[in-house]
Amino acid sequence: MNYDDHVPTTLTIADVERIAALAQLELTDEEKQLFTTQLADILHYAEQVQAVDTSGVPPTDHINSAQRTERDDEPRPSLATDEALANAPDAAVDAGLFRVPRVIGG
Amino acid sequence: MNRLESTATFIRDGVIGGTLSATDACRAALDRIAAVNAALNAFNLVDADRAMQRARDIDRRRASGEPLGVLAGVPMAIKDNMNVRGMKTTASSRILDDFVPPFDATVIRRLEAADAVIVGKTNCDEFAMGSSNENSAFGPVKNPWALDRIPGGSSGGSAASVAAQCVPLALGSDTGGSIRQPAACCGVVGLKPSYGRVSRYGLLAFASSLDQIGPFARSVSDAALALSVLAGADPCDATTAREPVKDFAAALTGIVKGIRIGVPRAFISDGVDAQVRRAYDAALDTLRDSGAVLVDIDLPHAKYAVPVYYLVCTAEASSNLARYDGVKYGYRAAEAKDGLKEMYSRTRDKGFGPEVKRRIMLGTYVLSAGYYDAFYLKALQVRTLLRRDYEQAFERVDVVAMPTMPTPPFRLGEKAADPLQMYLSDIFTVSANLAGLPGISVPCGFSDEGLPIGFQLMGRMFDEATLLRVADAYERSTEWHLKTAAL
Repeated sequence: MNYDDHVPTTLTIADVERIAALAQLELTDEEKQLFTTQLADILHYAEQVQAVDTSGVPPTDHINSAQRTERDDEPRPSLATDEALANAPDAAVDAGLFRVPRVIGG
Repeated sequence: MNRLESTATFIRDGVIGGTLSATDACRAALDRIAAVNAALNAFNLVDADRAMQRARDIDRRRASGEPLGVLAGVPMAIKDNMNVRGMKTTASSRILDDFVPPFDATVIRRLEAADAVIVGKTNCDEFAMGSSNENSAFGPVKNPWALDRIPGGSSGGSAASVAAQCVPLALGSDTGGSIRQPAACCGVVGLKPSYGRVSRYGLLAFASSLDQIGPFARSVSDAALALSVLAGADPCDATTAREPVKDFAAALTGIVKGIRIGVPRAFISDGVDAQVRRAYDAALDTLRDSGAVLVDIDLPHAKYAVPVYYLVCTAEASSNLARYDGVKYGYRAAEAKDGLKEMYSRTRDKGFGPEVKRRIMLGTYVLSAGYYDAFYLKALQVRTLLRRDYEQAFERVDVVAMPTMPTPPFRLGEKAADPLQMYLSDIFTVSANLAGLPGISVPCGFSDEGLPIGFQLMGRMFDEATLLRVADAYERSTEWHLKTAAL
């Protein structure tokens, strides 16, 4: 995409539903209506960045990203299984597993 | 206790010198919290037993002649988005439900190694997303100066707990102003260190390239003392810097003669409340009278800081908050039996509040195919231009001065229905996060209605020493920080 292209930020309910599905959010009808207006407002305001000349400007995705961060490759203690499971809403503690609803079939 | 006697430095000196016991200091903090918290709603959790046990241990160690740390016996409050082992972390969200972290954040280990006494966890905007503390699942915090006003956000509970003299020091996190702005609203000192100064390990991630932990205090010297404890490289956070950590309190010479203070006149010409403007100009005059030199600077891309910030922080948040899915910890929607995907999406809809959902939606949108280049990538490029503005300014000046917030603290509910208006109130704070720079807000006066106003200084990357020196010199020339809320 050419950065100079102006992306129109009119939103429809269908757009909001598409984004909600990507974000794993099951929105109520009321929320869909509200976000359709509010997100369009915010995006319309944010469109002003598209007017800035950024040709040849590298993106800053992080500060201090240049430093070396590797540590020695040595095994270290980690969280015990029972501690890792202690906060789970549903766990098979004896088996050392998180439990979730059916994934396939049914 | 008067305001000076309730500073961290005073308590620490008393505990080490034997004129004050850690248990008395702790009990005083707990009593004060019990007296004011019903009105303020500043604390999500108070753990009196744990705090008193630690205080007794400090007194016992002193009695047996053991050396004590530099925060000996200082009661502290922790924003409820940082993990204290065994103490519930909620991030003021329903989705974490009864989450009890199995580990300490690095900042907690450092504070407790310095013999600070943690009394509880403070209310905040849900997952630190907000500028008013109204986005908490547990209701808003009230401003100790006027209970119908916002305490600022997102670290509103920490700011209010210090302003109301519950504790002399508290921790907040600052992603776009969430320490400095509530400090301004509550009439206390709030410091956001340089990005990478303080470990984020154990801080619940909101926007990882912007988040930074820092202290609230009643004096710049207390903030400097806290930073000396908090700062430093951490193997558990690869983004921490290996910059040497100074004794920041020792940098407070009170001398600002010849210090060059950058004043971005064009940037602050519009949209600043007249009373805030008056207080800001008076603060500049005070520093000039102390020998500092005011230098006009230009920050041509600062006007884009708010849109860039809300594109970047929501994109990062949408990714960071994907982990809250009802599997490993926290809340799971009870009726979600139809399948895994339904469980995820129903849990997240019921568990997250409206502002968090709005930001996840916005971030997902700007990262999605067809919009990534025009919004997210473009924002990152403008972020580079903004950084360059500051790099150029710091060739000519030592610190940059701005108001912390364009208005005095507004009324609870005033902007709650209009997210964009709320976002615009972050205009002066977000650029420090985008550029990674340290910033501090110090009290600089009151509105006609008696509401606190903050003065913000920003420093060069990792030059908190100069930043704190200027802020402390200003504080020494004024008495704003000695005023207390009549609560």
